[in-house]
Amino acid sequence: MNDGMRDDAVSRALAPIGGDDADDVAPVHGSAAGATRKEREAIAADPQALLALGALIGRLFLHDRRAPTFVIINVIQPLIWLLLFGSLFSGVTRLAGFPTDNYFAFLAPGLMVMTSLFGSAFSGMSLLMDEQRGLLDRFFTSPVPHWTILASYVLHTALIVMVQASVILLAAMIAGARPSGGFIGLLATYGAVFLIGGAVGALSNALALVLKRHDAVIGVMNFMILPLVFLSTMMIARPAMPIWMLHISLINPVDWAVTVARAGFFGHWQGDLWRDMIGLAVFFVLMTMLAGRAFRRQRLSG
Amino acid sequence: MTHPLVEVHGLKKTYPGPVEALRGIDFSFARGEIFALLGPNGAGKTTTVRILATLSQPSAGRALIDGHHVVNEAPAVRRLIGYVGQASAVDERLTARENLMLQGRLQGLAGGVLKRRVEEMLSLIDLAAQADRPSGGWSGGMRRRLDLAMGLIHGPRLLFLDEPSAGLDPESRAAIWSEIADLAHGSGMGILLTTHYLEEADRLADRVAIIDRGTIVAIGTPEELKSRIAGDVLIVEFADPADLAEGVRRLKTNEAVRDLRSSGRTLHLTVENGAQAIPVVMTALQGVAVVSISIQRPTLDDVYLAATGRTMREAEAGIGAENSDSAIRKGEAA
Ligand SMILES: Nc1ncnc2c1ncn2[C@@H]1O[C@H](COP(=O)(O)OP(=O)(O)O)[C@@H](O)[C@H]1O
Ligand SMILES: [Mg+2]
Repeated sequence: MNDGMRDDAVSRALAPIGGDDADDVAPVHGSAAGATRKEREAIAADPQALLALGALIGRLFLHDRRAPTFVIINVIQPLIWLLLFGSLFSGVTRLAGFPTDNYFAFLAPGLMVMTSLFGSAFSGMSLLMDEQRGLLDRFFTSPVPHWTILASYVLHTALIVMVQASVILLAAMIAGARPSGGFIGLLATYGAVFLIGGAVGALSNALALVLKRHDAVIGVMNFMILPLVFLSTMMIARPAMPIWMLHISLINPVDWAVTVARAGFFGHWQGDLWRDMIGLAVFFVLMTMLAGRAFRRQRLSG
Repeated sequence: MTHPLVEVHGLKKTYPGPVEALRGIDFSFARGEIFALLGPNGAGKTTTVRILATLSQPSAGRALIDGHHVVNEAPAVRRLIGYVGQASAVDERLTARENLMLQGRLQGLAGGVLKRRVEEMLSLIDLAAQADRPSGGWSGGMRRRLDLAMGLIHGPRLLFLDEPSAGLDPESRAAIWSEIADLAHGSGMGILLTTHYLEEADRLADRVAIIDRGTIVAIGTPEELKSRIAGDVLIVEFADPADLAEGVRRLKTNEAVRDLRSSGRTLHLTVENGAQAIPVVMTALQGVAVVSISIQRPTLDDVYLAATGRTMREAEAGIGAENSDSAIRKGEAA
């Protein structure tokens, strides 16, 4: 490159851009957690924040596109469960309490939730990697409100599991399952997939921030997820459960998600469904608050 | 505006342990200046940069960037700064262009301005040809240049460069140096650079603060600092190590020699006046095989030595960190 060109490039590179608006920054600190109300105010006050959030989520989707293995593998396991259990245990629907005689249909919403769980359990890995690579520092020194950084990981997870769950839905429909709850019902199903994925993703991010080790996060999440799956109505209807299991399932957020997802899928809006919906929403808020605290602590530990 | 670009008063940082990383440092510099923090590993350079870049909170003291308090007005400070940390921080799954686009968006750029800035940055760092390859397989030098471009994309008023050339091969280092020198001249941007390479501080910085164990031990332009060391350095090259050992033995007690350090087959003598000391040294070394004698003005290492009583390399070795290329060990062959 000749000198003239370089000088040109340099002077253009150094020319100030945009206005001198250093002082009108919305003083947004902290995290997605703090409070959802505060978040909404922050968003209203700073449309820039939404653009930054979009850019950060877009970055994580680019990762998925460049290295799709994990995203694909995560769909395969629930898919195998669907096909295997759906054909092996189709007779189980003759037991009391099953809302359908098609076991594929019974399994589908549950397995959509399971896909969401597996897809979100290791969400904290991205954050941990970015922290170790110094990318978080780069994000922290840029003028984006810091909650958008954490929110990008949680929202990316909640969105990608909805895509993965759709694959399960499609497979189940090919196998003959019909979502009889209609559009509104499916909205509830996807809502459950989103909330449980977001909540578990937030938990995973919180663990990553606290434990700071990939293997530790994997260990803890594996330890938690499978028992929660088996102590829910994912595989088995509640009336068919032993009584101790039934009690546990009632306070199991995974079960709340399964219940809501399935109710929506079949359009069976039983009277006490609101309890599971509220439980699920509260669980989501609590987990994002937990992640927010861990995130703030990480910010201040420097 | 009359206030300095960067203003640091009594800045202290104590990490849990406790480790007193900064013991109260003061400095300031203006827009358009390159200011270097020079010191061995563990001196507190990164700690200083991280506090100024709003990544870490000071334990005591105050720091202002263009009049904005780094703790109380962190969001305003972040609008003014570009940050290039000590370790390369590019997203390896993204291409250079994608990395720059992302960074630009985080800095509030969009649309045509963003596209234009990305292209300008790519040509600035000579990476236009590789712009669409994922940065994962890149060399250290290329990543470092991308780091630099990411720190510059929004045209910051103040750029932090924490050890911009550490760990690079000499060629990449030279490339980065010429880029930094280019950036500085004629622009209103200030640069805070940290380094443990004497030559880097000497060549790039308008002013240098020498930092050691959390304290600034000397501050000024490189010329000022060097002229504070009264006297010259004589460099005597010997034919072989045995001659050097003999030379050390004879000169150790010589009154004309204030200090002596050896490195390889050369001996560095600090003397009052180089021209007058040469005949004295020649006489003392009669019969010893001397290849050459030359006079050198003091380097920043001599300044560091005078201020701390050890060379930078010794300081680095003492901390068990990587070696500096530039320092000389004292009394190695003696
Ligand atoms: N996060 C931290 N926790 C504890 N000690 C730290 C931390 N960061 C740096 N230190 C210590 O503070 C001192 C200064 O470190 P640093 O600022 O990184 O020095 P430099 O950048 O000059 O090499 C060192 O003794 C280092 O070990
Ligand atoms: Mg450092």
